[in-house]
Amino acid sequence: MLADMTTPTPTQHAIQVRGLTKSFKDVEVLRGVDLDVPPGSIYALLGSNGAGKTTTIRILATLLRPDGGTAVVNGHDVTTQAHDVRASISLTGQFAAVDEILTGRENLTLVARLRHLPNPGAIADDMLARFSLTDAGNRRAGTYSGGMRRRLDIAMSLVGNPPIVFLDEPTTGLDPQARLEVWAAVRELAARGTTVLLTTQHLDEAEQLADRIAILHEGRILVDGTLAELKQLLPAATVEYVEKQPTLEDVFLTLVGAPTGAPTPTPAKETR
Amino acid sequence: MTAHTYADTAALTGRSLRHIARSPDTIITTAVTPIAMMLLFVYVFGGAIDTGATAEPYVTYLLPGILLITIASGIAYTAYRLFMDMDKGIVERFQSMPIARSAVLWAHVLTSLVANLISLVIVVLVALAMGFRSGAGVGAWLAVVGILVLFTLALTWLAVVAGLSATSVDGASAFSYPLIFLPFISSAFVPTASMPGPVRWFAENQPVTSIVDAIRSLLTQQPVGNDAWIALAWCVGILAVAYGLAVAAYRRKVA
Repeated sequence: MLADMTTPTPTQHAIQVRGLTKSFKDVEVLRGVDLDVPPGSIYALLGSNGAGKTTTIRILATLLRPDGGTAVVNGHDVTTQAHDVRASISLTGQFAAVDEILTGRENLTLVARLRHLPNPGAIADDMLARFSLTDAGNRRAGTYSGGMRRRLDIAMSLVGNPPIVFLDEPTTGLDPQARLEVWAAVRELAARGTTVLLTTQHLDEAEQLADRIAILHEGRILVDGTLAELKQLLPAATVEYVEKQPTLEDVFLTLVGAPTGAPTPTPAKETR
Repeated sequence: MTAHTYADTAALTGRSLRHIARSPDTIITTAVTPIAMMLLFVYVFGGAIDTGATAEPYVTYLLPGILLITIASGIAYTAYRLFMDMDKGIVERFQSMPIARSAVLWAHVLTSLVANLISLVIVVLVALAMGFRSGAGVGAWLAVVGILVLFTLALTWLAVVAGLSATSVDGASAFSYPLIFLPFISSAFVPTASMPGPVRWFAENQPVTSIVDAIRSLLTQQPVGNDAWIALAWCVGILAVAYGLAVAAYRRKVA
């Protein structure tokens, strides 16, 4: 089990997708998606609602079978070697899938046990500390704020250090501070060498986080490349002098105080 | 089947047992309705009911049916919990991990078994307080427990089908209403001999009657006869069909 997680079969890419198709009834959601995600990168799949982002992620996470095409994750085919794929990945879905009746610590311990790791309790404490949840560790996850819940969700995904992490719209429904916290967590992951494939419909999120960006539209990848490469697709910008106004985000974060390295846990109860 | 099937099932069963420990009201509410029925039938209607058995109090006659009603109302929580897990993406989280896939369902089934056994014990204790007595030996009691466990497993797998296929919380738990009603058209409350033709035919040929009769005979030390085998056949039959349906529904749902 552990061997699968630590020794990826030598391939050029962490994720390689060719001609992926998927239809639901008579709706063609994916019409031939090609994707190459280099290992250790943050790769953003950018697209509007209904573009096929979640469907792509669900196929890569072995939750859905493709109709056609191939997808290889960490050297394992998603349809024929699903169990090996699952040992290499973790998925954080659109809505924080935490057990609200269990405490944060119990949620993490459970995942560590299910990944068959030694010392689940120690791993849980470690993760709580890493995600600034130590104080809330013994409280039921149902009492967490949206940001805390999302942090717990991501912490649960990272138990066992899977080499590839899927984040499906990780900041949807979060307030600006919680969003920055999630961004910091994602950057830290990539710094540790984890490959991150995230979906987003926020352009700035892709711009801020991603090493490479692919734009998914109506079931096809329109373009992909680094931000600089994508910007070259349009004619060079003309230079204009504009008085720089603070953005609303700048104003908001200045007034309420931007989160520093260690995010402040807000005990407010929030439903998503 | 992977090498981790047992460990994974144990971890997930521990999780749902925690849910029950933190909401013990689910066990209480499971036991309250059958207990209320037992009180109602023993102290209100019981005086007018002629079971034909003079030696035993009516509560002893009634108990087997009440136990089945307890199970039928208890399994609704399994459907509810499974539906919530599916709805909140918890099942998907587990499914995207390298765990034994069957562990998710078995954890709910084993939890249902534990919760229902606790509810059954509460109901039996109340029945004892109301005058239920049995001279049955260890063997007969073990047989009764065995039948109740099989019946719980059979209905729980039905609940799994409901939990997986429901589109709303209400739908997930409402499926058990007809199951709770079934004992009323059986030998659970009154002997079937008093019922008119077609009703009597239905009552005598539906699973509850044979199961109730088998448990009643065991508890009152009467010869069990064919009832035990018919009861067993019903339980195993329902269990096999429900298990098959549940696995099919699971495959459809989680690819």
